[in-house]
Amino acid sequence: MLMFILRRLGTMLITALCLTFIVFFLTNLPPNLEKVAKSEAGSRISDEEVESWLEKNGYAQPIIIRYGEWLGVIPGWTREGDDGRITGRCVKPDMSPEEVPGFCGILQGEWGFSTVFKEEVGTIINRRLGLTGILMGCVMLVMVPVALIVGVLAGMREGSRLDRSLSTASIATTATPEYVSGVIFIAVFASSAVGLKWFSGTATSAMDDITFANFTLPVVTIALYGIGYIARMTRASMAEVMTAQYIRTARLKGVSFPNIVMKHALRNALIAPFTVIMLQFPWLLNGVVIVETLFNYKGFGWTLVEAAGNNDIELLLACSVVAVFVVLVTQLISDIGYVFLNPRIRIS
Amino acid sequence: MEDLSWGSIIARILTQFWPVWIGMILVFALSISYKRRLGLYGKLFDSTIGMVGFALVLFWFFTAIFADMIAMYEPLKVVSGMKNKVPGTALPDGSGYYLFGGDGLARDVFSRMVMGAREVLIIAPAATLFAFMVGITLGLPAGYFGGRLDTFLSFLANLVLAFPVILLFYLLVTPEIVLTGIPTYLAAVLFLFPIIFLVILFNSRFFVQPKKRNIYVAITLVVGLWLYLGLAWNADPLGLVSMQPNILIVFVSVVFVNSPTVFRIVRGIVLDIKTRDYVAAGQTRGEGPWYIMLWEILPNARGPLIVDFCLRIGYTTILLGTLGFFGLGVSPDSPDWGSTINEGRRLLSIYPHPALVPAIALMSLVLGLNLLADGLREESLRD
Repeated sequence: MLMFILRRLGTMLITALCLTFIVFFLTNLPPNLEKVAKSEAGSRISDEEVESWLEKNGYAQPIIIRYGEWLGVIPGWTREGDDGRITGRCVKPDMSPEEVPGFCGILQGEWGFSTVFKEEVGTIINRRLGLTGILMGCVMLVMVPVALIVGVLAGMREGSRLDRSLSTASIATTATPEYVSGVIFIAVFASSAVGLKWFSGTATSAMDDITFANFTLPVVTIALYGIGYIARMTRASMAEVMTAQYIRTARLKGVSFPNIVMKHALRNALIAPFTVIMLQFPWLLNGVVIVETLFNYKGFGWTLVEAAGNNDIELLLACSVVAVFVVLVTQLISDIGYVFLNPRIRIS
Repeated sequence: MEDLSWGSIIARILTQFWPVWIGMILVFALSISYKRRLGLYGKLFDSTIGMVGFALVLFWFFTAIFADMIAMYEPLKVVSGMKNKVPGTALPDGSGYYLFGGDGLARDVFSRMVMGAREVLIIAPAATLFAFMVGITLGLPAGYFGGRLDTFLSFLANLVLAFPVILLFYLLVTPEIVLTGIPTYLAAVLFLFPIIFLVILFNSRFFVQPKKRNIYVAITLVVGLWLYLGLAWNADPLGLVSMQPNILIVFVSVVFVNSPTVFRIVRGIVLDIKTRDYVAAGQTRGEGPWYIMLWEILPNARGPLIVDFCLRIGYTTILLGTLGFFGLGVSPDSPDWGSTINEGRRLLSIYPHPALVPAIALMSLVLGLNLLADGLREESLRD
């Protein structure tokens, strides 16, 4: 078991390094850097000025070295200017030359400075992730119980009318991406022209004060897309368990149907959905980006869109690290959890 | 002219779709009368869910084909005074109606939805097909040979899959990336796979009949490389085939996102099938590994692959919509559904109709594909 976890951790580390390097490479392509130079040093500068600006600010080094600096395994560059002032990756304006640390990458907790929000990337990410965490938490609270109940109800009597209608409903929700259901919900429940006017069409106010009116639509929009998928997986797993020999034995012994479902089938039927739920986290990330943009909720997803749209390299890199981290950790948990929950694998 | 009531709007829309209805009635009548001779496709007409799904897909398929006849106005035509008008508003000069109202730029929402169907139905199935070619070409050897090759390819697939899709789109589908030419290189790699696939397919089949094989392989190579030059490098010597750069990048990134999942599915199926007796029989007969993979294993894996193909077209449609929703890749005036939703959402709470119409269109197409896949799965499991 320990070897298994260690091997998984090793693969995960390599994957994380590869992915961050790809993101680093793609965000630091020459046209992006040129755009940065132009936005920092004036948009009308000539090509030579762009080059000298890049040279002065450490962007002209080979990409591998810059990746190492960003990661914090290679010392940050320093450079003595004509007037004797030392500039460098790790140099802050109010530092004396002796105080300058050798390394300053994400391993040292230095995430860089956002050019769009004029703030430390670390603080931005912290705050935005908190907001998104609340949203994700609410989504999970709605999505998981509903999906499991729907799946178990549909799977306990395969082929019944209840099963057919619940399955079709699950298919319908998986066919409705967030930007479609969000638009429909806003039109029906929040439009000021027609419709029911129950909820608010934006969630901007939910950042300070969450109310039923301003938070319901974003949560339901994200949850709905996931519900169908998890419910279908739960249904398949439940239907399989219900045909097992031990369930038949229990029925023949005269155990009542609710008892069979609750006490005998449920525990075994919920192993597979656990994996699926964990693997849904990366999908939620997608939904979060769409919904936060649609409802103008300024969380992590919204920040990602802003960073990507405004060529804010450091912020986008930090967002990618967080996103990749979330994906890889949920994969790891789902793998370990699956082994742990399933006694047949755990013992052998 | 009077504005229309809801009843007459619906009646007019239904008559506007007349070529679609005729096409659907013909297909359904023919299919149902010959359904016993049509194999899996015919069995589809035994399940209600499958039929409903097929009808929805067919509806959009014919809409895309007859889009020019159904659409009442040019998708970019602006009629002054029709900005954000509600459904059924008459044109100021009395020559007709905007059946689904006007959008924020006074264009006809109905015509844009119909033309958008064409955009979506050209890109989504083609991109899915390419993703399948890539996934199959790499997944078959990975599953069949195993070993280092499998480890390496699986690692690559997991790498792509660990990327959040939206992040990948934001990194790949930007004007800066187009400048560096990365999409072209990506296209150059990805578009090679269909050619490789077909060449191996024919080569392994007709290996013992060199004359026939040479003809097939030559035709594939000539046509394939001609299309390849035109599509990927925009260097068609005849100047016939080309792809707009922004469509190319959307296409490539959608293929790129989809193919690892196909790879995984194919690899899983191959791992299962290669333990069967008929594969062992093929090996003892001395058949080559590629013949076994492409002509013994692949045909037997068709059931799950067809089902997944339907699902994946729906998923690709969703991805295309996502790209449009974030305004990535496609040109701003394009009538495709994602961009139209994106344009309409700014005034969503005051004028919901410009965003609602393409949203429901997209949903019904994906729903149709999902129901179709479900029907196919049920019917293919039955025998």
